[in-house]
Amino acid sequence: MEKVKESSRHLPSEHGLLGQTFRIRQLTKLGVKLDNWNYVVALAGNPNTGKSTVFNSLTGLRQHTGNWPGKTVTRAEGGYSFNNKNYKLVDLPGTYSLLSTSEDEEIARNFILFGQPDVTVIVADATRLERNLNLTLQILEISSNAVLCLNLMDEARRKGIQINTRKLEQKLGIPVIATTARYGEGIQEILEAIEQIVTGDWAPESKVTVTIPKELETSVCSIENDLKEMYPHLPNTRWIAIRLLEGDERISEALKNDEFEQLMSTLNQSPLDLQNELKEINEERQ
Amino acid sequence: MDKNDRIKSLLLKAASFKTEIGQSVHDQYVENLFVKAAEISSETVKKNPIRYLKDEKIDKILTSKLWGFPTMVGLFTLIIWLTIEGANVPSGMLASLFLDVIYPVIKDGTEAWPWWLSGLLIDGMYLATVWVISVMLPPMAIFFPMFTVLEDLGYLPRVAFNLDGLFKKAGAHGKQSLSMMMGFGCNAAGVISARIIDSPRERLIAIITNNFSLCNGRWPTIIILSSLFVGALAPAWFAGFATALSVVGLALLGVVLTFVSSWMLSNTVLKGEASSFSLELPPYRPPRILRTLYTSIIDRTIFVLWRAIIFALPAGAAIWLSSNIMVGDVSVAEYIINVLDPIGWFIGLNGVILLAYIIAIPANEIIIPTILMLTVLTTGISGIGSGAGIMFEPEDISTISNVLEAGGWTLLTAVSVMLFSLMHNPCSTTIYTIYKETKSLKWTVVATLLPYGFGLTILVILATVWRAIV
Repeated sequence: MEKVKESSRHLPSEHGLLGQTFRIRQLTKLGVKLDNWNYVVALAGNPNTGKSTVFNSLTGLRQHTGNWPGKTVTRAEGGYSFNNKNYKLVDLPGTYSLLSTSEDEEIARNFILFGQPDVTVIVADATRLERNLNLTLQILEISSNAVLCLNLMDEARRKGIQINTRKLEQKLGIPVIATTARYGEGIQEILEAIEQIVTGDWAPESKVTVTIPKELETSVCSIENDLKEMYPHLPNTRWIAIRLLEGDERISEALKNDEFEQLMSTLNQSPLDLQNELKEINEERQ
Repeated sequence: MDKNDRIKSLLLKAASFKTEIGQSVHDQYVENLFVKAAEISSETVKKNPIRYLKDEKIDKILTSKLWGFPTMVGLFTLIIWLTIEGANVPSGMLASLFLDVIYPVIKDGTEAWPWWLSGLLIDGMYLATVWVISVMLPPMAIFFPMFTVLEDLGYLPRVAFNLDGLFKKAGAHGKQSLSMMMGFGCNAAGVISARIIDSPRERLIAIITNNFSLCNGRWPTIIILSSLFVGALAPAWFAGFATALSVVGLALLGVVLTFVSSWMLSNTVLKGEASSFSLELPPYRPPRILRTLYTSIIDRTIFVLWRAIIFALPAGAAIWLSSNIMVGDVSVAEYIINVLDPIGWFIGLNGVILLAYIIAIPANEIIIPTILMLTVLTTGISGIGSGAGIMFEPEDISTISNVLEAGGWTLLTAVSVMLFSLMHNPCSTTIYTIYKETKSLKWTVVATLLPYGFGLTILVILATVWRAIV
């Protein structure tokens, strides 16, 4: 976090709308014209937090946006180029959790876990932070390469809600950006935060672990150790261990089918190979 | 130890831990997660709760048992009334541009062409296309932005909230109210949006019944017919409003049919309990007017118009050909109309209308132009249009009613056509979408034919009773 340039951390509100659009100069919106990309970015978040609006303002696509939950039913993909690097952006369906109780949650979770996006941008409703943090914490358990985008800040201001983003950043250990995506506010900062993560300028480290009862800790550790031995590079062994203890069918299946092994190899793959992985996940969805 | 064995033993280990601990792991985890989230948010968020009340006050009215429905009907009536009042003049201007100015020029320019070529291209395809543009573009350019503003504001989820209870009573999923709302724009979009419903049973119900949402391909037909026949019954100052009311009434009938058919399906072939869900009412957001205008004009209006034009071109050709290719003494079109006439009589329609609906299966948008052209053809009225198979644009709306009256139309015919357009098969795009979404031929056929079950029953009863009384 110390490495973050101070200049990029200002809240954009004081620049005004025009200044804001003017400042995003390194951004090229690529729409769906994507043959080759360097990084994959997933967009996750609760329903109706403005994910599609963020998606549109980054890719230049005009995916239909509307002020109601459950509007995004298909996973949209688009791209943008920032500082000469190409990013592929995947808009996941909005979910309240990743506990896999519905198809949407399953899709979102599987993509974040098995699709291994380089960065997951979590779009949260600033006016309902507490509930949105439930999802945020679950995502952080899977991957700490995440950016929290506190969207609908205009709404929050209107309702007299103040959020200490610096403190939140420290608590979570990931970049937190205040945005009002429909007016372009904070988009530049998101782009920069994503860049800092993919280039390794900022290696976020999740500061929160959801505590589990002490008597369970030994079981979790035991399973986690086995996993670590088998898959030394897997980043989220603790999360997987807890899932196994919960009796999560999908995770057990993934173990049996050796999906984690494939996952580890994709970590060292070129982005193009990842394309097939993504395709498979996409087909699995259909 | 080989890999598979290690995985197996790991899974066994997890399973034995799990039985040792019991079922509580998941609950414990979720509970701690919530505690953690609450802790972080309480440390970083400062609230000033007084200003929260505004939205709640508005919601109290918009979603109240007493005022929810009347506000809803009132708002939609207002939007449709504005559309009707606003669309007349630009429609007429577009029509006179295309027909009085451009049509003679290109007709003169192509005088050297063989008659069948200029007939097919200009009298068939060109006229069909410009008819569709001048009739559809103005209402859409008015209706869609207003509808999008409502959507942007956050009103649609409130409508869904109002209807949620009714859907549950019908044994369907509350989210069906959302896919139904989408259907009011376009049924194909409505069918796709049924994906938000997780249970396959309830999703099927939502898909099959979506056609009862009056889509924008059918709005213009309904609007024109009710201003001609229903609006004309009312005194002049009230005509526009009476028209709007009858249009909204028909749309509401569609909503009622959605409930009735959902209820029937969920009590017969698609039995099951309605699953519960929680619908979140999003905050009201000030709509961005320019952005709304842009998206609703480009994404909706132009998109729908383009689709209509694509279907109008071949349909214009088909009409021109069928009325110029002769079988013995009569044209193909006249021949088919004569066959269909007695069938149409039973349901208050006529052969012309039935043939028009066959030609317009790809796109409901071109029903009225097709009917008019075929009527001119069979009644042989002269002075309007200039020959067999020409889709023409009458200068003003009363010419349409002259043509229709010459074709034997009564108030019964108009009402029957309006009802029939609510209750017949979905357009081919929607049928194809239903097949793609259900991957089942059986349910596609059910969804295609179900509306006829209601439509034919209601129309036969209406025609019989009407003729007995009048």
